[in-house]
Amino acid sequence: MSTADDASKHAPGTGAADDRADGAGGAIIFAFVIGLAASLIVGWVVFPKLLYSQKRQPIDFNHALHLGLEDQNCESCHFFREDGSFSGAPALAQCIGCHAEVQGDSPDEIRFVEEYVQKGREVPWLIYSRQPQCVYFSHVAHVRAGGMDCVSCHGHIGESERLPVYEENRISGYSRNLWGHNIAGFKKDSWDRMKMDDCAECHAREGVTQASVQTTKEGCFVCHK
Amino acid sequence: MKIEGEQGKSKKYGMVIDLDKCTGCGACMVACMAENNVPFKQDESDKRLSITWMRVYQLTNGKAFPDADICYLPRPCQHCEGMHEGHSPCVSVCPATATDYDAQTGIVSQIYTRCFGCRYCMAACPYHARHFNWWDPVWPEGMEKYLNPDVSVRMRGIVEKCGFCFSRYQKAMEKAHYEGRRELEELEYQTACTQACPAGAIVFGDLNNPQHRVHQLAQPDPRRRGRPGNPKAFRLLEELQTYPKVYYLSSREWVHKAGHKAELIKEAGAHH
Ligand code: HEC
Ligand code: HEC
Ligand code: HEC
Ligand code: HEC
Ligand code: HEC
Repeated sequence: MSTADDASKHAPGTGAADDRADGAGGAIIFAFVIGLAASLIVGWVVFPKLLYSQKRQPIDFNHALHLGLEDQNCESCHFFREDGSFSGAPALAQCIGCHAEVQGDSPDEIRFVEEYVQKGREVPWLIYSRQPQCVYFSHVAHVRAGGMDCVSCHGHIGESERLPVYEENRISGYSRNLWGHNIAGFKKDSWDRMKMDDCAECHAREGVTQASVQTTKEGCFVCHK
Repeated sequence: MKIEGEQGKSKKYGMVIDLDKCTGCGACMVACMAENNVPFKQDESDKRLSITWMRVYQLTNGKAFPDADICYLPRPCQHCEGMHEGHSPCVSVCPATATDYDAQTGIVSQIYTRCFGCRYCMAACPYHARHFNWWDPVWPEGMEKYLNPDVSVRMRGIVEKCGFCFSRYQKAMEKAHYEGRRELEELEYQTACTQACPAGAIVFGDLNNPQHRVHQLAQPDPRRRGRPGNPKAFRLLEELQTYPKVYYLSSREWVHKAGHKAELIKEAGAHH
């Protein structure tokens, strides 16, 4: 404020200076627009590229091919144990019955059999949906008690022919699937993002007990350990 | 606030510890540390710095032989219900919502990633049940492999405490969901200390459920904020009105007294 007042005191009689200021104003606006555009590009395009490193799975697994085989369904590889725990990513034991020897000529299968099956090494699968260590998640509560399908949280990985590229946040080490692929955090489908609020929002909607005294929402120990 | 009838199926997990049975062996402390990935240092001689979710104290009646008597008192987090339901001392001072009271289970939770270490809760807790991590945990070579994957490990600068082995509740619920149940049996969810106690001094269960042993032993009176109906039972520092969910049993008068601030006992006595 005060600087504007000071300037107006000196202004009368210095018309030439005013003209020069107008010309400079155009240049400033131009520089501002260029700068803004550059920052937006850095922020929306370059930054996400820098923030996430891209990794390939050790073996490219083809869901569509395997589900086309006889007697194969999700439970052949992703099943519940009797204590209610979830098997998660399959172990070699689920593959050995068919892959003790190379069957076709896919390079992925050859590598899988030679490097893992024959050496008895488990495949170090990268888990897209892996939550931070402090989070407790229960498949049986959602799939059995809640009757939910895999797609609502994982999307269509289970029908895909190739596993997607795994993107890891360089700072936190978390998978990009938690934050979602839209850097602004927008989501279209229910599986686009899996942050705390996404879990909590569905829980509030589905009426999972809201018993926290502090927040009157859900108790923290429902999803944390 | 809520009266018992209205609580429906909500639980109030609690513990009853029989001090006449406790031999002070410390098995509960060891089991607790192993179950909950509690960190320790090479030199644990300074007890102000050590982290003991479950800690056994030794009490003496201060008398000379032949009247001398001692009592061992195991102290987990008391999971106080507080003046209004859930306003336990620690929960009401936490500025970060890192500690919370779950009205569904009656358990006071502590979310380590949320805690920023102001330690108000430690100052507020009258039972010294909360501990501060002055250092990052360092496990002896190879011991990381024995950590419990169901309990997250903590870092330097945050407060931790007993959570009634809540991960065991989560595990038990998974089995229940698998079998299409929503209710747990009494013995499906038991804390590590309860199961480790060779004397059977620690009993754990739902205080709201008359079938559970904790209910039968403590006989909590819902109209008097859970005060024990069993004359053998008492709670620590009852006069502070923290309304803990850990009850102690003893037939010895001096042990009951040791659980209170002496002056306040008389007052409370005059009251009722
Ligand atoms: C023959 C074994 C097999 C069958 C059958 C199978 N999967 Fe998979 N699935 C895998 C393997 C191997 C992976 C790779 C591990 C990974 O990406 O985490 C995987 C990964 C996934 C993932 C990614 C998990 C993550 O977050 O990383 C989802 C989701 C999934 N499968 C769903 C399904 C569904 C749904 C079906 C049934 C329609 C199915 N799968 C059937 C073997 C199988
Ligand atoms: C029911 C038998 C069966 C099971 C179980 C099975 N596979 Fe296969 N798998 C096949 C068949 C058949 C092919 C196709 C071989 C060909 O002709 O190329 C195949 C192909 C593959 C390929 C090559 C993919 C491609 O794009 O051609 C890979 C990699 C593979 N399997 C990995 C696995 C893994 C990992 C598991 C365990 C999680 C597994 N398979 C379990 C039968 C099975
Ligand atoms: C309510 C959402 C939800 C549903 C429904 C769901 N998942 Fe998951 N899934 C998750 C989350 C969250 C994780 C990560 C868990 C973690 O990190 O502890 C996960 C992890 C996984 C993993 C990797 C686990 C590991 O540790 O190896 C597989 C495989 C998987 N899910 C498959 C499935 C399949 C198959 C179904 C359907 C039967 C399914 N999921 C249904 C949310 C869901
Ligand atoms: C699309 C909806 C939805 C999403 C997303 C979702 N949940 Fe759930 N969740 C439910 C429902 C419904 C139930 C109750 C199932 C039942 O008991 O009938 C539930 C139950 C649970 C339970 C078990 C509670 C109990 O009493 O046993 C846990 C733990 C849980 N959710 C954790 C999570 C976490 C962590 C996430 C995010 C990674 C998540 N959920 C995402 C719908 C969802
Ligand atoms: C419905 C399930 C759910 C509930 C209830 C819940 N959380 Fe979370 N929380 C999550 C999930 C999933 C994540 C990991 C994803 C993320 O960072 O959003 C998380 C992450 C966090 C983190 C960050 C941890 C990290 O390493 O990034 C903090 C802190 C946290 N929660 C605190 C709390 C507190 C405090 C409460 C109780 C008031 C609570 N949460 C209740 C699901 C839940």
